[in-house]
Order: sequence, then structure tokens, then C-alpha cells
Amino acid sequence: MRNADADRAGGSTEAVFRARGVTKVYDMGEVRVHALRGVDLDLYPGELVVLLGPSGSGKSTLLNILGGLDTATGGTVEYRGKELTRATDRELTEYRRRHVGFVFQFYNLIPSLTSLENVSVVTDIAAEPMRPEEALALVGLADRRNHFPAQLSGGEQQRVAIARAVAKRPSVLLCDEPTGALDAATGIVVLEVLERINRELGTTTALITHNADIAGMADRVVRVGSGVIQSVERNERKKSPREMRW
Amino acid sequence: MKTLRTKLFRDLWGMKGQALAIAMVIVSGVATYVISVSTLDSLRETRAAFYRDYRFAELFVSLKRAPESVAESARAIPGVDRVETRVAAWANLDVPGFPEPIRGLVVSVPDAGEPAMNALHLRAGRNVAPGRDDEVVASEAFAQAHRLRPGDRIGAVIHGKRKALRLVGIGLSPEHVYEVGPGAVFPDPKRYGVLWMGRKALAAGYGMEGAFNDLCATLAPGASRQDAIDRLDALLSPYGGLGAYARDDQVSHRYLTEEFRQLGTLAEIFPVIFLGVAAFLLNVVVGRLVSLQRDQVGILKAFGYPNAAIGMHYVKLIVLIVLVGVAGGIGVGAWLGRGMTRMYMAFYRFPYLHYELRASVAATAALVSVASAVVGALQAVRKAARMTPAEAMRPEPPGRFRVTLVERLGLRRILSQPARMIARNVARRPVKSALSMLGIGFACAILMLGNVQEDAVGFMVDTQFRLAQREDMTVVFVEPASARALSELRSLPGVRHGEPYRTVPARLRFGHRSYRTAVQGFPRDGGVLHRVLDTRLQPVAMPREGILMTDYLAERLGLRTGDRVTVEFLEGSRPIRDVPVAGLVGEYFGVNAYMDLYALNRLLGEGNAISGAFLSADREDRQGVYDALKEMPGVAGTVVREDAIRSFYDSMGGTLLLFTFVITLLAGSVAFGVVYNSARIALSERSRELASLRVLGFTRGEISYILLGELGVLTLAAIPLGFLIAQGITAYIAERMKSDLYRVPMVMEWSSYGFAAAVVIVAALLSGLLVRRRLDRLDLVAVLKTKE
Ligand SMILES: Nc1ncnc2c1ncn2[C@@H]1O[C@H](COP(=O)(O)OP(=O)(O)OP(=O)(O)O)[C@@H](O)[C@H]1O
Ligand SMILES: [Mg+2]
Repeated sequence: MRNADADRAGGSTEAVFRARGVTKVYDMGEVRVHALRGVDLDLYPGELVVLLGPSGSGKSTLLNILGGLDTATGGTVEYRGKELTRATDRELTEYRRRHVGFVFQFYNLIPSLTSLENVSVVTDIAAEPMRPEEALALVGLADRRNHFPAQLSGGEQQRVAIARAVAKRPSVLLCDEPTGALDAATGIVVLEVLERINRELGTTTALITHNADIAGMADRVVRVGSGVIQSVERNERKKSPREMRW
Repeated sequence: MKTLRTKLFRDLWGMKGQALAIAMVIVSGVATYVISVSTLDSLRETRAAFYRDYRFAELFVSLKRAPESVAESARAIPGVDRVETRVAAWANLDVPGFPEPIRGLVVSVPDAGEPAMNALHLRAGRNVAPGRDDEVVASEAFAQAHRLRPGDRIGAVIHGKRKALRLVGIGLSPEHVYEVGPGAVFPDPKRYGVLWMGRKALAAGYGMEGAFNDLCATLAPGASRQDAIDRLDALLSPYGGLGAYARDDQVSHRYLTEEFRQLGTLAEIFPVIFLGVAAFLLNVVVGRLVSLQRDQVGILKAFGYPNAAIGMHYVKLIVLIVLVGVAGGIGVGAWLGRGMTRMYMAFYRFPYLHYELRASVAATAALVSVASAVVGALQAVRKAARMTPAEAMRPEPPGRFRVTLVERLGLRRILSQPARMIARNVARRPVKSALSMLGIGFACAILMLGNVQEDAVGFMVDTQFRLAQREDMTVVFVEPASARALSELRSLPGVRHGEPYRTVPARLRFGHRSYRTAVQGFPRDGGVLHRVLDTRLQPVAMPREGILMTDYLAERLGLRTGDRVTVEFLEGSRPIRDVPVAGLVGEYFGVNAYMDLYALNRLLGEGNAISGAFLSADREDRQGVYDALKEMPGVAGTVVREDAIRSFYDSMGGTLLLFTFVITLLAGSVAFGVVYNSARIALSERSRELASLRVLGFTRGEISYILLGELGVLTLAAIPLGFLIAQGITAYIAERMKSDLYRVPMVMEWSSYGFAAAVVIVAALLSGLLVRRRLDRLDLVAVLKTKE
């Protein structure tokens, strides 16, 4: 909450993230894959941004770099004035631990831990977390707390992953297709959770999706294509998740 | 970080089978180390205590005969502390119901009071009563071999006179811990025994009243040993002194030291190999186990767990497994070590057992195991932690695609689809495949090490007793005799053949190095019975001039064929002669110098003397010959060849072969642990891929074939590699074990190769079966649902 307050105090002009000329090249020996070809992007405090784009356009790559999970090949990324692209491993670890909540595209739960424990793994080291049970309840999985990932459906695993991301009350929330495996009803529940966190805690949120409808709940919609930002639109009126069609 | 702890125990539980297999390898490695070192420590400690408590002498000398008054002059020698004179006599013993000849050494004990040194430890009965001339205390080994108890009677021929003796006690002496007859290498307590008799009684029977023929002394602190020896020699040489010597040349002590040294070598080599293999395996297995969790390292990193905390998590996991292994290893090692030490106690004659397991030994074992595991774990964690979380969370790329041998050789058309997958998998991960092979190869090699010892011993005995010493018995004269004595022996009824020999104690000197042994003389034309062989097992003829010697002796003295060696004879007029070295012979037992019989006698200036003879006799005539020999006053004793072979095996059977058995057992568990771990890890690494194949329509048999086929290929390739490693290690052991007692040749029987290969293959089959069961139960849905 301290972070959220700070975000507001900083004023809406001061960007939380400033990405300039970010490139990412995967060197695979004979082939070099240019996943990002010079991305400029600012994310502002408390806003909810949706990233849209075709498969393979570089959305996950960009989000990973913002979250400090991956390093850029070129360009700079600043988080509140601190350059992530120059941070040491230790500083990046500290950054992820204190500020970032991440939902991975492939959930990445720890198979030997139950749902509840998968959440506790994060709250154990967070400063002011929710209780893990509370986080699970938010995504409607309170009664599955003692099940292992292998005993959950794909969508349930995805919801555990979301509970895990929000449980630490992060200052930024980065979600890679958080509703990809969910039906309309569950998807809406999850999106409501994300929206509430964004609204109540002022968490800066970036959300990747293939569903253009979901874009309606964003403050801004960023379209990514072939490794560059193609357009940024501001929504005049934010839809609430309940108004969405799947 | 409570949740991490939960994960720790759950992961541990999930891999319990594999953890157990890893622990088993550590148990074996640590146990080998603990057994070897603690056994050796205990033996050394026990010997030191026995020497101290029973006042083992420091200088020894035999002589022909000197009046008791000479002892005073000996005491006056500077540096000499205490002096004890004794009478020692060779005897032929007669135990009722035992037909073969027995050599005995009868040593005097003071009629009143304790001996100043070389005290007896009484096991049963009592000491000889003063004034009794028919009472003896017998050495425990001898008494046990014949089931003699205090009160039993035995006969003895001492100095040609028959005497009935009564056993009153059974004892042990620091002088005869390793109780071995003259010229023999291994104890034969049925045919050689030591008796202790009252000084007066023995002197009377041996013509030594008021005189002595044996002297022991202790040194004053800080005295020069060599100086004391030189002065003793000067004092006693007019009395036929045979040269004083220190403990280093005392038979029992020297053999013990030699055996301890060899045991020490084994105690050094085997644990290093075993612990090394265990450590290597740990390192590899742990590395691969952690690599399996590289995506989880990525996740933890992504949430902001610092590298140190993640490293610690895996270190704890591994250390828990290792500590179970270490604790088990120390337990098993202490238990077997105590057992082994007890076996050695029975072989060497010590009155008590000091089993000692130093804390530092246990600590070293724990440290080596934990360190190698932790290093392996940290390497893998570091590798995963160096990646960005995004990279670590992606499945590991299967390595660059390369055109493998399969494609290049055009095997494509010959091999089936699964067979091609096997070939590609092996070729595409060369380091992993090589490490697996090396691990299994080492397991195979250590399985051979035990048996190789047996092979070598069998080969040594075969060459020694079937090719070199083919006589049925060796007759030893009391004193050098003329050729007439030989004709007398040859004319005994039943004797088919007889060959003379001469043996003269001597010190060989070359430069500043010297060695005390005996020069043996054989007729030049070569014997039919007793022959000297070269390394190619061909008989060597005695040179007309010069001396032949064991190559090992030449090495110790640092001389070569053609050099002149100084021979100081320790008998008769004790001449000192320079003799050219005419050649070297490669022998496995003992350290010998040979000359032509006549050339030797010429050097000594003694006419045609012989020290004894080698005889052959038909089996049914032998008893008659033994009986006749017992009656001959000039005969000091008879050694029967077959007994020598048997005694060799008896003693070897008790010690080396026991060690071998234990080692082989531990090696077996290492082999199984290595193979099983390789299979299990391969399964964990590939289960996802294999499940996908199953989904695509491959049958259970086919995916088993792909995984187990790979294991099979690696195992089969590892076996010849193991043979090579075993040869290397064996050559090294043989080199390190060389001693003047014997040199173990490098002999490896087919059966040893077969055994090692068979155990490895059985371990592979068993592991395959266990893994196959898991493959059959592979939960396709669960595997595909989680992760990625
Ligand atoms: N580790 C990697 N090695 C090589 N190429 C990669 C790697 N990760 C991503 N790429 C490539 O980079 C490009 C961008 O990938 P990214 O995962 O960012 O796409 P995306 O927009 O998230 O797609 P999707 O919607 O399918 O998830 C793709 O062409 C992909 O093939
Ligand atoms: Mg993506």
C-alpha cells in the first residue's frame, strides 16, 4: 500500500516504467530471432494497460523484460527512474521481490507444493502480503487449497498462479494471458480480481491477451506487432469485466 | 521460508528410492574407508601396546656359544641399557596323532623371575616351575592348531636327544606375533611352533650350561643403534656371533611391518577409489537432480528468492541424503572394521584388541562426501541461477541438432525408428553419456579389484610350488654337513631323488645400501626338483662365477647385472667378498641371492659343505621317510611342500580374501547404486518426452526400449572401459604393494572379468526392471498437464 501511495504521490506524469529503444535478439547459432526491434513505452502509476498482438509478436518477451525476468539486448528500461537494464542480479532479485507480481503464460506452479503452498512460497518473503488463504479465496479456490497442481485443471492452475501474483500486494502486476485457459464466467471472476487490485491498491497493471474484448477494461491498449509497438489507444470509457463477451 | 522447507521434505520423499540408492553408494564408500583405516589404526595401536607392556627387545643376536660372563661385557657397551641372555634350540616335535614332521624353536625363560624383556603373556595354565626339566609353555598358535591344552604331552628331539615334555601353559610373546618358521613366508602353526622352557633344563639338554647362544638387549634413550650393533658384533664374533640386528630385521616385527605397510597401501588405495567413485557419482547425480529442477530455480528466482537461499535449499536436500549415507557408512564400517580387526588378531598373535576408530576418520569421510555432493549441487544451482528466470523456466533446449553418426553412416535405413532415437540421444548429449559411462565403468572396475587379488595369489602359488619348488620335502641339517650326508638321505628307503643345497646368512652391500638375507647355493647343472625361474617361468642355470639375485633385491640395492656386490657372510669365518652380479631373476616370493654350490663353498673356503637337501618321495612312502628323518641326529627339521601350499592358502584365506570379499560386496552395492541412479535420472529427465511419445501412439514396449535401450548401450560400452580402469588400478596397486615378502604379479583371470561384467549387467537389468515398472505406470495426463 505504501507503494501504491507513493505512485499517486509521484503524480501521473512520472512514468513507472520507461522503455526506450528496447531490442531483444535470440541468438540460435545459425538463426537470429529478433523478438523486439526497438520498443518505446511508458506505463504510468495506477493505470491498467492491455497488450494485444498476434502470436510471436514479442508480447511475452517485453513483459518478461519489464518484470526483470529477462534482459534486453539493447535499449533501456527504467523502473521509477532506476535503470533495470543496468541492474545487477542482486538488484533485480530485490526488485522482483519487493515490487513485481507476475502471472506466467504457462503458470509455472511448483509441482511438489499444494495450491496454498504455491502461494505461501511468495508471501513467505513479501513485506505486507495477504494471507495465502485470502488470495486463494479471491480466485475462488479456497476449497482446493490442499491440492497439488497435477490434481487441478489447467484453468484452476492458472487461478492459483494469479492468486500467487496478487497475494504479495505488488506495486506492479504483470500478467501474461491470465485468462487464456478460462471460460467466460471464471475469466470474469479473475479479471474482476485484477481490476479490484488495480483500483484499490493502485497497482500498475499490464495484461497480455488475445481477446480484443478484454481490451475494453484497460486505460490504454497497446498493440504489438513484429517486435514493435504499432499503436497505443486510450479508452475513453473503461468497461467493467462484467460487461464483456468472451 | 517455511514453504521451502515443506518443498524440501516433499521432494526428498518423492525421490526416496533414488535417495536410498545414492545413500547406499555413500555407505559403501564411507564404510570402505572406515574399515581400512580403523583396522590399520587398531592393529598398529595394539602392536604398540603389546610391545610396550611385554617389553619387546630392541637388539637381537644369535651366536654359537658364549660363556655367561660375556653378558657383563655386553651390558658395559655404551648405549646398551639392559641385556638378557638365552638359550635357543631347534627341535623336532612330535604331537601324538600328527604324523608329519614339526619344527620347533625352544627358547629359554629365566628359572626365577620375569624375563627382563620379551615377556610372555599367559593365555592358559601357568609358567614353567623352577627346576622342572620337562615343562614347557607352548605358543598359542601351535597349541590351537593341535588342540593342545595344559597337561598334554608332546615329544621333542633336541640336539639329537629325545625328550618327553609336558605342556603347562599357553603363551604369547611380542617376539612371535607373526609366528613363521625359518625360510617360510606364511605361518604354518601345525608344522612350526615355539616352546618356552626353563633355562637350566634347556641348557642341560643342549650342552649350554653356564653359556648362552642368544642375546637380546634394549637401548638407552638417545643411544646410537648402529654403534651398539657394531660393538656387539665385535664382542660376539669370537663366539660365533651371527650379526646383531635391530627390530627392523627381526622376523616377526619385519613381517608385521611389511604386512601393515601393505594393508596401509590398501587402506589408502581402496577408500580413495571407493570414496572417489561415490563422490563422482554424487557429483554427477546431484548435478542432474538439480538440473531437473532448473525451472523451479527459475520460478523461485522470478519471485525474488536470492540465489543464496535457492542454493541453500538444494544444499540442504543433498546434505540430508548424504548424511544418511555417511551415518550408515560409519556404522557399517565400524561394525565390519571391528570384525576384520578381530580376524587379524587371530592371524597375528596379539593378546588383546584395541579397536580404534578415530573421530577424525569419521569426520574426513563425512567431509569428503558432503563436499563432493555440495559442489555438485552448487554447480548445477549456479548454472540454473546464472540464467535469467525467463530462460531457466523454459524447458532445456535439447542441444544443437547435429548430423549424428547415425545419419552419416547411413544407418538410417538399417535401424528402426526407436533404435535411431537411442543412437541420436547418446550421440547428442556426449558429455552426459560419457559421464554415465564413466560412472558405470568405475563401478565395474572396483568389482574386479577384489577378485584380481585372488587371481594374483593363485598365480603366485602356482608358479612357486608347481614350477619352482617341486620337491616333496626340504631337509634342514643342524650344521653344514659333507656330501656323505646327501648320499645317506638318498639311500633312505622311499626317497626317489635328492638334491643338495647350501644356505648361508649374509648381508649384501652395494654403496651405502645393504640387505640381510641368505645366499643359497644350488648345483650348477640345475635341479629337477628345486629350480630358480626367470620372469618367463624358464629355469635359470647357476652361473659358474658370480651371483644371481631377485630383481627386486637388485632394485633395493640399486645395482645392475655386472656390478660387484659386497657379500658379508655371517657364518663360519665370516669372510667378506666382492662378487659380480651375473644376472637377475624375477621372483614373486621373498628376496634371494643364488650361487653355484661349489662357487659358494669356494668363497667360504669350506670344502664341499651342504646345509640340507630337497627330496622327492612317492606319496605312500613319505610317512616312512618322515619317521626315518626324525631319527637322524643331524637333521634339524623337515618342511613338507604340500603343507606349505596349504598353510599359504589357510592364512591368505583368513585375511586377504576376507578383505576381498567385503570389498566385492561393497563394490556390488556401488555398482547397483550407480546403474540404478543413471536409469532413474534418465527417466526423470525424459519422462515428459516419453509420455508425449506414448500420446502420439508409441507402445509401452517402444518407449521402454528407447529409454532402457540407451541405458543398455551405455552399460555395455562402460564394461570394457571398466576393464581398462581396473587394469590401471591393479598395475598401480601391484607397484605400491611390492615388498621383500612378495610382489603381486598383474594377473587377471577371465572369471574376474566375467564376474564384474555379470554384476554390472544384473544391476542394469534389475534397474531396468524397476524403471520399466515406472514407465508402465507413467501417468500421461499428469505429466502433460503440469509445467510448460
Ligand atoms: N528462448 C527463445 N529462443 C528463441 N526464440 C525465442 C525464444 N523465446 C521467444 N522466441 C521468439 O521470439 C518471438 C517473440 O516471442 P514471444 O514469446 O514474446 O511471443 P508472444 O507475443 O508472447 O507470442 P504468444 O502470443 O504466442 O505467446 C517469437 O518469434 C519466438 O519464437
Ligand atoms: Mg506469449
